[in-house]
Amino acid sequence: MDLLSWTYLLVGLSFTLYLGIAIWSRAGSTQEFYVAGGGVSPLANGLATAADWMSAASFMSMAGIISFSGYDGSVYLMGWTGGYVLLALLLAPYLRKFGKFTVPDFVGDRYYSNKARVVAVICALFISFTYVAGQMRGVGIVFSRYLELPIEWGVVIGMAIVFFYAVLGGMKGITYTQVAQYCVLIFAYMVPAIFISMQLTGNPIPQLGLGGDVAGGVPLLDKLDGVLGDLGFADYTSGTKSIPDLFMITLALMVGTAGLPHVIVRFFTVPKVKDARLSAGYALAFIAILYTTAPAIAAFGMYNIIESTSEKPIDQLPEWVQNWQQTKLIQIEDKNGDGLVQYLPDPATNELRIDKDIMVLAGPEIAQLPDWVVGLVAAGAMAAALSTAAGLLLVISTSISRDLFKTFRPDISDKKELRIARLSAAGAVILAGYFGINPPGFVAEVVAFAFGLAASSFFPVILLGIFSTRINKEGAIAGMLTGLVFTISYISYFKFVYPELNTAEHWWWGISPEGIGSLGMALNFLVCFGVSWLTPAPPSHVQQLIQDIRIPKGAGKASNH
Amino acid sequence: MSSSPSKMEQYWKKNLQTLAILLFIWFIVSFGCGILWVEELNTIRIGGFKLGFWFAQQGAIYAFLVLIFVYVVRMNKLDKKFNVNED
Repeated sequence: MDLLSWTYLLVGLSFTLYLGIAIWSRAGSTQEFYVAGGGVSPLANGLATAADWMSAASFMSMAGIISFSGYDGSVYLMGWTGGYVLLALLLAPYLRKFGKFTVPDFVGDRYYSNKARVVAVICALFISFTYVAGQMRGVGIVFSRYLELPIEWGVVIGMAIVFFYAVLGGMKGITYTQVAQYCVLIFAYMVPAIFISMQLTGNPIPQLGLGGDVAGGVPLLDKLDGVLGDLGFADYTSGTKSIPDLFMITLALMVGTAGLPHVIVRFFTVPKVKDARLSAGYALAFIAILYTTAPAIAAFGMYNIIESTSEKPIDQLPEWVQNWQQTKLIQIEDKNGDGLVQYLPDPATNELRIDKDIMVLAGPEIAQLPDWVVGLVAAGAMAAALSTAAGLLLVISTSISRDLFKTFRPDISDKKELRIARLSAAGAVILAGYFGINPPGFVAEVVAFAFGLAASSFFPVILLGIFSTRINKEGAIAGMLTGLVFTISYISYFKFVYPELNTAEHWWWGISPEGIGSLGMALNFLVCFGVSWLTPAPPSHVQQLIQDIRIPKGAGKASNH
Repeated sequence: MSSSPSKMEQYWKKNLQTLAILLFIWFIVSFGCGILWVEELNTIRIGGFKLGFWFAQQGAIYAFLVLIFVYVVRMNKLDKKFNVNED
């Protein structure tokens, strides 16, 4: 069987599996649609959260980003895992005890105000839409690379699959397909990593191989520092970003992770408070498998690329380099006409351009693994993109049917609400697909947006809502709006209005747009405290609610009460 | 609610103490060892790793994992002790 047939077979099998699960786990009530009936086991929720969290970007691009930024790439590794500590310790158990369906539910009830609820809905919609457009694009790109279909077709097929199980199964369907998708994606990620680690360092565990020795008995990381240094690049193990910037980006990513609505809502699906704590631990364990392997793939990939191309004759490059040149993910141009490849930091003389996704996508060929592994990696990338897209689409549909519709029309029946939820899920899939086919110019920049906004809007008001009895609705609304407006303005100014000014000397206190969410969060906290101090304390039924969510006892399943 | 207010306050205080300790460690392993003191730690080597780099790309993540599971165990004990557990 050739490569293309293997890819079609494995991707087709994985899709059949997802559809089968969707039919088996249809949602019959709004409770099942929103929180999977509240009966998901902590282990299954951990698996689903991990798949939900790890997107097409985590799977395909993260290792490559680390390859090219070395130590600086650590901000993503620490930022996107450290947030789970905040989530487990500060938010998840209490929100589970609160026991409703959405983040705006909590904000609206705790701050006894539909205005606060609407502000929260707007934040949730904005964050989820920016994020989901990138996922749909990711599905299209995987299709076009592996199945030789146009990107548009890939997006449409991806939409059809997500449409089927998100609209039919709601949270219940999504949860159990995500469990399957985690298994597919982690297997696909680990197989090439293990083989490459064995080839380069003799150690089958990539996490240890990263610290192992390569040919000649030199540690891999020292070898990389040396080779990159000789070519004029910065050392692999020491970065170029300033300490304040590293600090702020890491903080914004951590806090943003803890504030992302599609992650928080996963903790509403378990039966008990202690399950919420435990499943956060499981989730991080499953995420950590990929996140500790990524830096190893990054270093192995960089080493392999340099070893097989730098100063080598252009007509004698390894076969995998020639293969990926056809997709334009590797581009070689002999600028000085010496017949050799020069990989250099100066774009004017550099002859080798490598797309960041190559580190993961070319893994199986570099390790000379059989064709079916290539098909497996394609199925894994697809699983990563689809699972994240589905989780986000659910947040969008829930926000519309529950937080907007139900709030202002509280008398609608459960059946009607379920129909509205399905309709809005369908609408969201189509809109996301549209953005996948016609990506707005800023898709690459939206990650900074989504995390910055989650950090600066949700995190402070949820945290204070649990840990302070004094913060009131005036403080919360003012705080959310301040954080939101400040962060949007700063990112827009440097990314869209004056992109030519987006350099360290123009940034405030050297903080890049990626890290500004941290400052937005600090402002949110300050305004929240200040305004609350000047206005009356929350009424006694809210004080009672806060006392109640602080103790685990008496947590029923998430419900409509 | 079955427990008296003072007992509830004690439970909450213990909870906050646990959080303070665990979040202190969370800060040290990531922002401390991974960013602020990375150059100093990089002078120490563990196998093929410089220690600061190892914390930033591996160690901090392992530490996060341990922190959450310590929290789970400790809170389950605390819930039982104060009789606020769910079963």
